[in-house]
Formats: sequence, structure tokens, C-alpha cells
Amino acid sequence: MPTYVSHPDEAIVLKRRFGQGAADIDKYVELDGYKAVQQAIAEGPEWIINTMKASGLRGRGGAGFPTGMKWSFVPKNSEKPKYVLVNGDESEPGTCKDHVIFLEDPHAVIEGTMIAGLAIGSKLGFIYLRGEYRYLLKIVEKAVADAYAKGYLGKNIFGKEGVDFDIITQTGAGAYEVGEESALMESLEGKRGVPRIKPPFPAVVGLYGGPTVINNAETIASAPHILLMGGEAYAKLGSERNGGTRLFGISGHVERPGVYELPMGYSLRKAIYEVAGGVKGGKKLKAVVPGGSSCPVLTADEIDVGLDFDQMGKAGTMLGSGGIVVLDETVSIVEFALRVISFYQHESCGWCIPCREGTDWIKKTLARVYAGGGSKKDIDNVQYLADNMMGRTFCPLGDAAAMPTLGFVKKFRKEFEDYIDGHKAETPIMTEQELVGAGH
Amino acid sequence: MSAIANTIFSPEMAARFDKLETIYPLKRSALVPMLLYAQDEIGYVSEAAIQEIAQRLDLFDLDVRNVLSYYSMLRTKPAGKYNVQVCTNISCMLRGGYEILDHCKATLGIGHKQVTKDGQFSLEEVECIGACCWAPAMQVNYDFHDDLTTVKVDAILADYAAGRGKDVK
Repeated sequence: MPTYVSHPDEAIVLKRRFGQGAADIDKYVELDGYKAVQQAIAEGPEWIINTMKASGLRGRGGAGFPTGMKWSFVPKNSEKPKYVLVNGDESEPGTCKDHVIFLEDPHAVIEGTMIAGLAIGSKLGFIYLRGEYRYLLKIVEKAVADAYAKGYLGKNIFGKEGVDFDIITQTGAGAYEVGEESALMESLEGKRGVPRIKPPFPAVVGLYGGPTVINNAETIASAPHILLMGGEAYAKLGSERNGGTRLFGISGHVERPGVYELPMGYSLRKAIYEVAGGVKGGKKLKAVVPGGSSCPVLTADEIDVGLDFDQMGKAGTMLGSGGIVVLDETVSIVEFALRVISFYQHESCGWCIPCREGTDWIKKTLARVYAGGGSKKDIDNVQYLADNMMGRTFCPLGDAAAMPTLGFVKKFRKEFEDYIDGHKAETPIMTEQELVGAGH
Repeated sequence: MSAIANTIFSPEMAARFDKLETIYPLKRSALVPMLLYAQDEIGYVSEAAIQEIAQRLDLFDLDVRNVLSYYSMLRTKPAGKYNVQVCTNISCMLRGGYEILDHCKATLGIGHKQVTKDGQFSLEEVECIGACCWAPAMQVNYDFHDDLTTVKVDAILADYAAGRGKDVK
């Protein structure tokens, strides 16, 4: 079970009900639960979308697309049914924030799903959890059943004639790729989780061919809080064009790893040195992977940057999923880069050739370097391969593999060169044979 | 009473599947959950399970196999009664995930995707399981075990061996 952490710099919105037993529906109601959705029913779709737009909330899955705008793209009239899809297939390495939301505040996800449904005129929502999160699925299933029992879900919800909303919970069965929105829809349709070409975007042609809003679980869970506190008040908590707060999971070499709720734009340096208590054991900081393993690495000199989508973009990286992974001076970047690409090679669904072949060849090349058989040309080759993956695949997995790889070889080129020149790590973590065989 | 005559599943699971067939706008949507639940009950996705699920969802066996082979949690051979899944992805790796994996290999005497002779345990090195802030972490079947040390792992494995381990279904 997660261990809970807190820090005075936290701005508490999403975590408001954490640790108070809010998975219980009565407790949730006591803590202002299901008030926002009733207000949403009374005020109507335009009010919901305007409030969400005013909040400046941007997608917490990693892409950072403005949520209110996404909801407004769904056509008002549609021959096909519209759907709300909650992405709880959390699997970006370094990310465990949705884990705690499902555990501590599952009704916020349910209420947020209903709010999204009301905003776009949908009567059916799906909450998709990764297969590994079975104990969380049981918590969410119970919460959904309790909401039905109270008349909050089903026909004529909250006694309002003609207002219907149903929720189906769904489990995956192990696939990083399914976290990508179109692959998730394929999976939910009972198929292999391969991505779809865009356009058309899900807002027009999504699940079962109907207009679909698909949001990350944290985005959805933010909606009820935003409606309760008002869009402007939420926006004010964050930085320019980056409204509110988000859950940052700080892990790796820090004294106090954990999931902290910080205002958007909060200093990365302070997040590491104050909130998470600094580098573990008083060691020196070497690098930071700022938003899940697909984000280009920042060196120790590059951490004076605000944690929002725009500032991180300017710094040449991404805010991503908010999973901050801290590396101390003892970490071999060669080994770390190999571990990251091994993951993407394993998870590439194989649909697009640049990603399937690119991840495989980068992994093989880095494995050779790591095993002590590399040449300096290998570094150029890795860069060439990664450059040629960028933007050439249906879904962002190819980019997600290429971007961190480029970050490692560009920013730590000297370390790769020194390594190749004979500075080998202590013991290989995997033999080359095992690496080449892995994932096949 | 199940819609399928001679179901291979328990009455509870058959009833669950009967319901799953009805809740989606498209029946096939039940496929991934059904495969996982079938595996939970049988220990793996057997030939008979593939055939029954295909029949339930009006699919060819091949359609089911095609989906089955995509998802990393699904397997077509039995695992141990307790499947130990050690995460070695970045957050866990930085806090000793590989030491935990090596310790499990040594203690259980098996490698990646192998099963102990008595069938009690199997071992897998897995990718990120979403417990990064409580690393290193592992799952035994569906149960999470966090902030691991080799001492803690010994106690956890001993508990399962003695039938005292947590085991959420």
C-alpha cells in the first residue's frame, strides 16, 4: 500500500479527500461529493465547458491539451451515441498518481466522468484500469455499485427526469501501448491495442465509431473540484496558461519519495530539494527525468525551471505525466539509457516500422556499448535511428522512445565516449544475450 | 443457468461471463476482461477457455488467439500458484529493483518466467507496475508489496509458502 507524504508547499485540491475514507460513498457525500455533478445538471453543458475552459486545466496524461477545449470539440448532434472514456491505464515509468486517486477518491473519478458526460451529451462512460490494478478495480467497482444503489447512476439520476448516465468499468491485461488513446479504444473494442491513424480524432470518430471524449483519470477527477471552486479560482493556483495543481510523483534517489500535489509552475529544484527532501544520502544530483521516462532528461544544471507544460517545453523537455525521477551521481547514464530503451522496445506494439525496428536497433546498439563492445560510431547511429523515428509513427510511442534516447546521447555524449574508451560499469545488469532475447 | 451448455468455468465465473456478454454496446468488448478472468480461474488461458470465449462472443478461435498474444499479462501455460512479478523499471532500478530480482531468483531457484518444481512459485521480471514512489516494488499475483528489502522479500515469500500471503482475486 502506498505510503503517504505531505509538505507545506502543497496546494491541496485533488488530495483534499485523501486519507479520509472517501472511497466510502457516505463519507464522499459528507465531503461535498456529488454536489458538483448536481450543479452541472442544473446549469447545463455550456456552463460546464466554460468553467472547464476558465480553469486552464490541461490533460494530466501527459499531452497537456486544454480539457475544456477538448470537450467543446465533440459535435452537439450525432447519429451515433457519444462516450466518455477514462484512461486509467497508467503505465508510463515513474508514474503512480492515478494509483492513489483510485485508491483514495474513486468517487471523484466517477463524478468527473458524469460531468464530462453531461458536458458532451453522453449517457455512457467507461473507466479503464490497467490489468495490474486489480485491487483498485475492485475499489472502483464497489464505488460504481454504491453510486447506482443511491440513484446517482442509471436512469433519472438524482431524481432528474430524463437524465441518464451509466458507467462500465474495464480492465486491461498488460500493455503500455494501450495507454495511448486510440489503442485504448481498440482494446476496449476487444482487439489488439494498436493505434489508429489520426485524423479523425476521437472527438469525432472514437469508441465504436461514436464521438468520444477520452481523458486521463487525474484530469477527470479534477473536474468536480473545479466546478465546486470555480474555474477562475482553480486557474489562479497555477501559472500562466497552466491552471491549477497536479499530482507529481517524485521517485528515485530522493529522501522522501511520494505523490505530492503542487501548483503548476512550481520550481523543479524546490520539488526535489525541499518537497522531496533532497538527494538521498546527501549525494550529488546527476540528472532528472522530469515527467515519466519518455521525457528528455535534464542535467543537474537545468533544474531551475517551473513545472508546467510551457516552461518545460522551453527547457527542451516535457511535463509529461508528472513522474519526476531523480538520479544521483552514482548512476551510469549508459545503463540507464539502455534500461529506458529496453522498456520501449518491449512495449512497442510493432504496428509502425520506425518504432518497431528503431527501438530494437537502439536497444541492441546500446546493449553492445554497455557490454563493452561499442564504438563511437554507435553513439551517432543511436542518434540517427532516434532522429528517424520522430514523428513517423501512428502514435507517440515512437517519439516517446526516441526523445529520451536523444536526450541521453546528446547531453551525456562525453560519458558515452568515456565509457566506450574503457570506463566500464561494475557488473552488467543483463548480459547482451539476455538483452537481445528479451521481449521476443 | 449459463447460456453455454457444459461451460468449463465455475458457476460464479460463468454467471459473470453471461453478464459481461450483455453490458457493452458491442459484445466483443468483453474479450480482454474475459481472458484475464479465465486465467485467474484456471491459472492460464487454456485451449478450452479460448474455445468457450470464442463461442460466447461469436468470434473465431483465431480472433481470440490474436488478441491473447498481444497482452503481456496473459499466458497460455500455467504459472506458479503465486506469480512473483518484480519491477526493474527506472524508479525501482534506482532503489534496488535488480537486487530484489536477483534475490528472488536465488531464493526460489528459478529464473524469469520459470516455475518452481512444486508449482508454488513462478518469477517474472516486469515493467513499471505503477508503484514508483514506493520503490522497489513487486506484485505477487495481484497484490502489491512496496518499499522492499531482501529481508522483507524473505518474509513475504515465507508467508505465501505457508499459505498466509495476501491474495486478492
